[in-house]
Amino acid sequence: MNLALSDEQELLREAARGTLSRVKTIEAARDALEDESARPDLWPTTVDAGWPGLLISEAHGGAELGAFDAMLIAEECGRVLAPVPLLGLLPATSILDAAGHESLPAVAAGELRPVYVPARPPSDLEPRWTVDPRSGAGRAEAPRAVADGDGDAIVLDGSVSFVPDLPGAGLLVVVAATQSGEPMAVAITPDADGVQVESVWRYDATRSLGHVTFSGARGTRLGVDVETLADAWYLANALIAAESIGSVQTCLDVSVEYAKERHTFGRAIGSYQSIKHELTEILRRLENARGLQYYAGWARESAPQEFPLAASAVRSAAGEALDFAARAMINVHGGIGATWEHDAPLFFRRAELSRRLLGGTHDATDRVAAETLRTAPAAS
Amino acid sequence: MDLDDTPEQAEFRAHARAWLDQHKHGAPPRSGSSEDSDYIGARRAWQRRLAQAGLAGVTWPKEYGGQGLGPIEQVTANQEISRAGVAGILDVIGIGMLGPCLIAHGSEEQKSRYLGPLLHGDEVWCQLFSEPAAGSDLAAVQTRARQGDDGRFTLNGQKVWTTNAQFASYGMLLARTDPDVPKHKGLTMFVVPMDAPGVTVRGLRQISGEAEFNEVFFDDVVIEPDGVVGGIGNGWGAAMTILMFERLTIGFGSENYGSPAALAQTMAGDEAARGDSEMRARLGHVMTELTAVRFNGYRMLTQLLRGQIPGPEAGLAKVTMVNAAITATDLGADIIGPDGLADDSNWSYLISFLPGLKSAGGTEQILRNTIGERVLGLPSEPRLDKGVPFSELRALETHGAAR
Repeated sequence: MNLALSDEQELLREAARGTLSRVKTIEAARDALEDESARPDLWPTTVDAGWPGLLISEAHGGAELGAFDAMLIAEECGRVLAPVPLLGLLPATSILDAAGHESLPAVAAGELRPVYVPARPPSDLEPRWTVDPRSGAGRAEAPRAVADGDGDAIVLDGSVSFVPDLPGAGLLVVVAATQSGEPMAVAITPDADGVQVESVWRYDATRSLGHVTFSGARGTRLGVDVETLADAWYLANALIAAESIGSVQTCLDVSVEYAKERHTFGRAIGSYQSIKHELTEILRRLENARGLQYYAGWARESAPQEFPLAASAVRSAAGEALDFAARAMINVHGGIGATWEHDAPLFFRRAELSRRLLGGTHDATDRVAAETLRTAPAAS
Repeated sequence: MDLDDTPEQAEFRAHARAWLDQHKHGAPPRSGSSEDSDYIGARRAWQRRLAQAGLAGVTWPKEYGGQGLGPIEQVTANQEISRAGVAGILDVIGIGMLGPCLIAHGSEEQKSRYLGPLLHGDEVWCQLFSEPAAGSDLAAVQTRARQGDDGRFTLNGQKVWTTNAQFASYGMLLARTDPDVPKHKGLTMFVVPMDAPGVTVRGLRQISGEAEFNEVFFDDVVIEPDGVVGGIGNGWGAAMTILMFERLTIGFGSENYGSPAALAQTMAGDEAARGDSEMRARLGHVMTELTAVRFNGYRMLTQLLRGQIPGPEAGLAKVTMVNAAITATDLGADIIGPDGLADDSNWSYLISFLPGLKSAGGTEQILRNTIGERVLGLPSEPRLDKGVPFSELRALETHGAAR
């Protein structure tokens, strides 16, 4: 039994924290709300830190670390709202690595930034591979892939909305489905004919998003199995969860410090049970999410059949923890917490957008139920 | 990162599993009525066999019948007992908390007299701490022990929430010996024979109708001077030892309170529930919470393996576990309907049991205070009882209430 950080993981985390401390990311998060160009380009930082090759095998020029290591870095990014494009990058590298793709050395070296264009695996209620729609509570079909001849050439049609880190990526790793619903990964360049990328951001200026439309666009099928495609979805969920855990930690730290300093009726507000219990609730949710972060990291390495459950559980717990913590931070600070004078609104914006990306937090909660039902013991 | 046993643990687990495989047919069922003396007798006998096999009192020193091993081996033994589907020890409080307190604070005579029969189920023990007016604020106990000129103590007062008192041989009791000093200082821990004249045990019926807990009354009960544990006036330190062991006792394996497997099975077997988005959301939330408790338990085990003792943050797991269990049992019974409340339904039993568990081992509010202060470092509420002699507190409270 060993569910603690190794010395190497402690170092990795410290290094990430040090790297990110050199950029005033939180100030930039505020400035970018008014001027998108104020969002710092952290790709050079990402490359310097060696993060593009994090999950790429050593044989392909990467560091061959695990999902848990990646989550530790994502957590540090979330702590300071750093716009490091991990959500788009790492699931893409995972698929490319499984395919042994020719781009891997360039990706690991930071010369080419790939992006994951996600699709949700089927569940007990939804037999298709689906994507987030442009609008509405329903699900859209994943882009349609049609083979062009006998080789790996594929023609893609369809669209995917609100793809994290899409703008500026050099290679799209698209999860698509055939007429009969078979999923596949397709590599396609953003400047290919029939590919249209629209850059967007919503509410949280630290997240670069994009819509992509394929109209008879030509790409190449990647030789990966269906488990790899499902794994990429859950990896993306685990990473956004880890970012949220980092953000919750900041919400807690900032709020606790304020509760010790701010006095009303002659005593620190943190001495009042109403405040103390709200802060303890942040800690409770944070610790639960952390426990599940270990589960997700352990499962992906040692029990891949449990990774869908583990990643969905940590997404659900961390997403809801951030919703709670971001609001609590505003409550504890009083009126000032709801103004631009304070950082609280930046974390609130992060919470509000995160819960609606990559299927949404509620979808992860439903996936926990689906996995529980799928693996339930038979009635005796 | 791994969830694997060390070679030593694996060996211990194999021993436990083999013994249980061989002997589990002779085990009593996991649950039964605490008012059924045959059942209690079978549980005592089973406890003796578990102790002899080295699966109970694992952390106790060898000289008192234990194995002299670490908490990780006890957790391993508990996991294997649970896996075998058989009852565990009867006297969880005695072996897990009171015995360790005697080992830490008791005299040599007390250890050699009491520990063996406790471990082997010959003498069951109960914990006489809480009172009607002293629960979360345990140091407010009013049960009074007055020492006479002959050195003997006379005990008067009332205890409550006393598990197993109806068949216990001894109780470990926290009483006030000096009311004229601040409340934490005037306390003493005693061993009380439950068959002493003046001890009255009365069952306290819970929501379910069963009486698992008791009220215990003490009317001029005489205690010999050798019944003092750890010295006169040192009761609070002994009580803290017990509460530390309580944290270890409730920290592990508690995710099963929510019956996650039974809930999954019940919902999977009901087609309408399986497709009901509201029920799915409840299931997803409760499974997320119970899984978090399980993995935070593993994090605690990792700490133990490294020789660290879990701190007050372990109380968060209890808060999560109880609330998730309440959600889980409500959902389980909702799927079934009114029959989920039938007398023979396990959901019904848990629905009745869990509201009280919310206060057991410290109320949720007190746990949140403790964690807020000791983990987050938040200031405590102003207290009116600091440094005030206990005998003057009542007047202060009355004055405060009138203000």
